[in-house]
Amino acid sequence: MRTLLIAEIDASGLNEATAKALTAAVKLGSPVDILVAGSGDRAAAEAASRLEGVARVRLADDAALAHRLAEPLAELVISIAADYDAIVAPATAAGKNLLPRIAALLDVMQVSEVTAVLGPDTFERPIYAGNAIETVQSRDGVRVLTVRTAAFPPTAEGSAAAPIEAIGVAPTPPLSTFVGEALTTSARPELAGARIVVSGGRALGSFESFETVIAPLADRLNAAIGASRAAVDAGFAGNDLQVGQTGKVVAPDLYVAVGISGAIQHLAGMKDSKVIVAINKDAEAPIFQVADYGLVEDLFTAVPALVKALDD
Amino acid sequence: MKILVPVKRAVDRNVKVRVNADGTGIDLANVKMAMNPFCEIAVEAALRLKEAGQASEVVVVSIGSEKSAETLRTGLAMGADRGILVKTDAPRVEPLAVAKLLKAVIGTEAPGLVILGKQAIDDDSNQTGQMLAALMGWPQATFASKIDLEADAVTVAREVDGGTETLRLALPAVITTDLRLNEPRYASLPNIMKAKKKPLDETTPEALGVDIAPRLQVLKVAEPPRRAGGVKVASAADLVAKLRETGVL
Ligand SMILES: Cc1cc2nc3c(=O)[nH]c(=O)nc-3n(C[C@H](O)[C@H](O)[C@H](O)COP(=O)(O)OP(=O)(O)OC[C@H]3O[C@@H](n4cnc5c(N)ncnc54)[C@H](O)[C@@H]3O)c2cc1C
Ligand SMILES: Nc1ncnc2c1ncn2[C@@H]1O[C@H](COP(=O)(O)O)[C@@H](O)[C@H]1O
Repeated sequence: MRTLLIAEIDASGLNEATAKALTAAVKLGSPVDILVAGSGDRAAAEAASRLEGVARVRLADDAALAHRLAEPLAELVISIAADYDAIVAPATAAGKNLLPRIAALLDVMQVSEVTAVLGPDTFERPIYAGNAIETVQSRDGVRVLTVRTAAFPPTAEGSAAAPIEAIGVAPTPPLSTFVGEALTTSARPELAGARIVVSGGRALGSFESFETVIAPLADRLNAAIGASRAAVDAGFAGNDLQVGQTGKVVAPDLYVAVGISGAIQHLAGMKDSKVIVAINKDAEAPIFQVADYGLVEDLFTAVPALVKALDD
Repeated sequence: MKILVPVKRAVDRNVKVRVNADGTGIDLANVKMAMNPFCEIAVEAALRLKEAGQASEVVVVSIGSEKSAETLRTGLAMGADRGILVKTDAPRVEPLAVAKLLKAVIGTEAPGLVILGKQAIDDDSNQTGQMLAALMGWPQATFASKIDLEADAVTVAREVDGGTETLRLALPAVITTDLRLNEPRYASLPNIMKAKKKPLDETTPEALGVDIAPRLQVLKVAEPPRRAGGVKVASAADLVAKLRETGVL
């Protein structure tokens, strides 16, 4: 049988989450097809076709799929599902929205946020905010998985491009309509894929402090900016920057937590980072229990000093 | 219009759980339990719609053991009108089975809107709402941060990876809540007393004709790898020196 990987596409084309989920999909042991669904996403399909180990790309190009709403997308996947015994998507907001809808239509129990593929039907996944790792075996005929992208390296481009085949989209009456979106644009690296992340917490105290304290450090390190939920709730940072159990899960080479206490829900989103640095004026803050390097100091003096020390 | 709110009894948000000695699950003996935080947000959202005169009744439903009745009482004390307990002693009821049970409940309750949490903080599945929408053939808006209800449609702002997206759904529909949707109220003591007298019906998966046998077999539950304790550095300059040694800079 075959595996279907649903591509993650954003305004700039094929998102790197696809190449990371592909690494997990290939481990299932069957040929992998990538589905590129949307409107005018030929370039994303071409990028997907160049990834190493892809058998073919199936391109569904239709105005009805323009905003990749869950209802028509699920119908589309169901229309080709008979060809597959595994359906995989990255555990992005889009993947989490779509995949359970497909699983239910197939009468299958989804395995969410897979962090290791132990065999074609056996997987590891974190539960309880990452405080435990569950190994589960699926008894369903079809496996439906979302993949935690931070747990898998991206698959590189291969030497030959896989064929791209167009698939038709059957018209269905829309159940929901797209009204609009407010997407943030930033010149900084994307949080989910960045090699270095600098995150700020409640202690920053204002949106302005994120700009004057966190941003210069992030820029100096060419890092993405992240935030704790407390900082997001207080309006210091956008919701798309939240790191944690219910935000984004990241595993960069270097994670710098500034003025973040280290609540379990925050740790769930960053404790697999290679090197963790914590800057906090409270020596007892739980973040120091996971930090490789802890600096007990007021962030408003420590962070500017750090920027300066990096230039020395 | 009636709003149905499924609520799950889960480990309290402040508990740091431990894996049990034989590695088969989580040690839940004497652990504080509470309503899943995202379900509280869902109840609050429904109550606000009722208080705004846009909903006639808020019904909370929970699937679980006798103890889940406490979670329903919490919902009733917050202000929900009625509770339904789908009682089972099964140790695990997976999202697919929960969605099927909720479908059966919808069959008799006929709500115009179902509001669920986006995620239960125990299994961290983030599946049930989407599955229910699929089984019903209804539209879905997951990770909601704003809900505007009209007579025959609902407009929902939802949190996506790059920011927010706004969708308009035909009713009936399924919504799942994100953290920023609202700040749930606490139940006052008089309301906790009043909740004891509110109707709470009981049914079972058998009575609803739903097979809840798990599809995923848990082979093992283990502690995650522990991080080795780190060191404290004396200054920013010291930190930079250490980071240069490790090669991450
Ligand atoms: C269901 C649920 C889901 C959640 N999901 C998430 C999630 O995904 N991500 C997340 O982050 N949180 C999440 N939370 C919230 C989490 O529990 C914490 O409340 C939150 O992480 C705290 O953020 P914080 O560390 O910025 O704030 P605080 O806990 O208030 O910590 C601030 C820290 O800054 C330090 N500090 C203060 N002033 C200074 C200074 N001048 N210099 C240096 N240090 C200073 C303090 O010592 C303190 O340690 C969730 C909670 C719930 C209930
Ligand atoms: N046993 C249950 N009883 C009632 N509602 C549930 C149950 N399990 C899940 N839900 C609902 O589904 C949401 C998402 O849960 P999950 O898909 O398990 O992460 C929860 O916030 C609840 O609203």
